[in-house]
Amino acid sequence: MKILVCVTSVPDTTTKIAFTDNNTKLNKAGVTFITGPYDDYALARAVELKEKLGASVTVLNVGGADAEPVIRKCLAIGADDAIRVNAEPTDAYFVAEQIAAIAKETNYDLILMGRESIDYNGGQVHGIVGEMLGMPSISPVMLLDINGDTASITREIEGGKESLEAKLPLVLGCQEPIAEWKIPNMRGIMTARTKPLRIVEPVSTQTLTAVGSYELPAPRGAVKMIKAEDAEMLIQLLRTEAKVI
Amino acid sequence: MSVLIFAELDEGKLKKSSQEAIFYGAKVAGMLGTSATAIVLGAADDSELALAGRFGAAKVLHATDTKLNEPNGMAYATVVAAAAQQEGTKVIVLAKSSLADAMTARLAGKLKAGLAANVIELPDLSTGFRVKSSIYTGKAFAYNDLKADIKILAIKKNTIVTEETEASATIENFTPTLNDADFVVNVKSTEKATGDILLPEADLVVSAGRGLKGPENWGIVEDLANALHAATACSKPVSDLDWRPHHEHVGQTGIKVSPNLYIAAGISGAIQHLAGVNSSKVIVVINKDPDAPFFKSADYGIVGDVFDVLPRLTKAAQAL
Ligand SMILES: Cc1cc2nc3c(=O)[nH]c(=O)nc-3n(C[C@H](O)[C@H](O)[C@H](O)COP(=O)(O)OP(=O)(O)OC[C@H]3O[C@@H](n4cnc5c(N)ncnc54)[C@H](O)[C@@H]3O)c2cc1C
Ligand SMILES: Nc1ncnc2c1ncn2[C@@H]1O[C@H](COP(=O)(O)O)[C@@H](O)[C@H]1O
Repeated sequence: MKILVCVTSVPDTTTKIAFTDNNTKLNKAGVTFITGPYDDYALARAVELKEKLGASVTVLNVGGADAEPVIRKCLAIGADDAIRVNAEPTDAYFVAEQIAAIAKETNYDLILMGRESIDYNGGQVHGIVGEMLGMPSISPVMLLDINGDTASITREIEGGKESLEAKLPLVLGCQEPIAEWKIPNMRGIMTARTKPLRIVEPVSTQTLTAVGSYELPAPRGAVKMIKAEDAEMLIQLLRTEAKVI
Repeated sequence: MSVLIFAELDEGKLKKSSQEAIFYGAKVAGMLGTSATAIVLGAADDSELALAGRFGAAKVLHATDTKLNEPNGMAYATVVAAAAQQEGTKVIVLAKSSLADAMTARLAGKLKAGLAANVIELPDLSTGFRVKSSIYTGKAFAYNDLKADIKILAIKKNTIVTEETEASATIENFTPTLNDADFVVNVKSTEKATGDILLPEADLVVSAGRGLKGPENWGIVEDLANALHAATACSKPVSDLDWRPHHEHVGQTGIKVSPNLYIAAGISGAIQHLAGVNSSKVIVVINKDPDAPFFKSADYGIVGDVFDVLPRLTKAAQAL
């Protein structure tokens, strides 16, 4: 079985976002980049499936050279090899086109992604890739088991979940509790250094969207504190002042 | 040329978020000098179709093939793409939801569309087609220029305040060719909480964290939620510990909500939690620790014990 795991390199979840260059670029100063938390779930499940069923796991990132630490970490966690498409990811369609181009070279049985990236939070790339490759796309996947050429899947829906069955190949967007996040061990870190990382130039595409500028949310006004003994006053304020109930 | 809006049903009823999408789509149509068409898939009462008209759709396309009664992102994308083609649509509007997410992406792939997700305002047409969207899990905004011929806008909840009018829409049956390849995923079973207010749809949310000490104490959270007609939510450790179901957890790795009111009881306010709730209109924090970081992001705060404060709020809310 061949598994492709698509990963993003994103600001750590505790990052305070700031922009530079007249609000046209993320200020990367002091920002730690991590594997997208949902991508980490996808990778962890891929590595578990490899251990259980035997599979090759390839990691794919569309990004600049600064994404390489994240890619190496994925190799240390247990991926066999990696591909980096050397381009700044501009939008979901662009990224999907790159992923689809790579996926057309090799017949992957599973293309695992995170349910959404935590930078743009579109949750779109898996669906576009599925469409481009003519494969079903399913997200967000909470449980995944493979039996021969069939996947058993539990997917979250609004207010509940649903059990699905589908034949491979599939494109899946993953989330917890599909697997426990894995932390690389020393041996993994050593072997990761020599695992193959192939750098590929992007396929050219037409620009469908472009970000003109970024903005930070206006700070919330000062908090109005209510004494615990006057708690009931809150309900009055929500009605007469905030007008939300 | 009309603006096409995908109007999602939940148990046969037009979702509130879809009412917002229709109203939003009708406004965009007005800006573009065209009209709004809503598309409804699967069985729906005439009253629900008429409702689309009252929120601004001039026309409602209703695809009634029984195969569409089960929500199916891939099949729905095929149908909406066919409708877009029939109508000569350049702008498609949907409300963010788990079904809409699955559809939007397939649609963007089919139509090579310029896509903006988490849109939070009406577009600015003065310099092309620019939309403001929420990124970095609500920590920032982007102004996106959609340059493709066909544009898809997935709007966030509470993007627009709707108004219902007496207007009526013409209703047409829509019978596109379905694609067998869209039906290869078998749904074995579905578990869904019924009767509850869906969290992503809720206007009011009462949420609680580890400060509640255990699942046996959730009654006081539910009581307040019931008194306010609010949905319940929780922090991630609470769902990790299985005190509450996973689909109730909000934050960076959970559901993102943007209700009018978010009440957080016994939640410390970690940045990953805030990420999922920071676009709520009004935030109330109840915590016994006056230094809890959540107070910095709140509009109203009470330093107190949830076991004392919540029941008293419930009583006060019931007395309204
Ligand atoms: C990658 C990543 C992603 C994450 N994603 C999420 C996410 O999506 N959502 C999320 O919520 N978290 C997320 N977290 C976890 C987050 O960092 C916090 O650990 C979590 O939000 C804390 O939950 P809590 O506030 O319920 O618990 P705690 O931090 O333990 O806080 C409990 C609070 O209750 C108060 N309290 C205790 N007893 C009482 C009482 N009797 N009355 C009043 N107040 C009381 C305490 O003062 C305290 O402030 C994520 C973490 C990581 C690393
Ligand atoms: N630049 C990228 N490189 C590789 N995979 C990506 C990239 N961007 C998004 N993905 C994958 O697509 C998923 C959904 O991303 P998004 O549609 O941006 O929310 C992510 O969790 C990743 O698995």
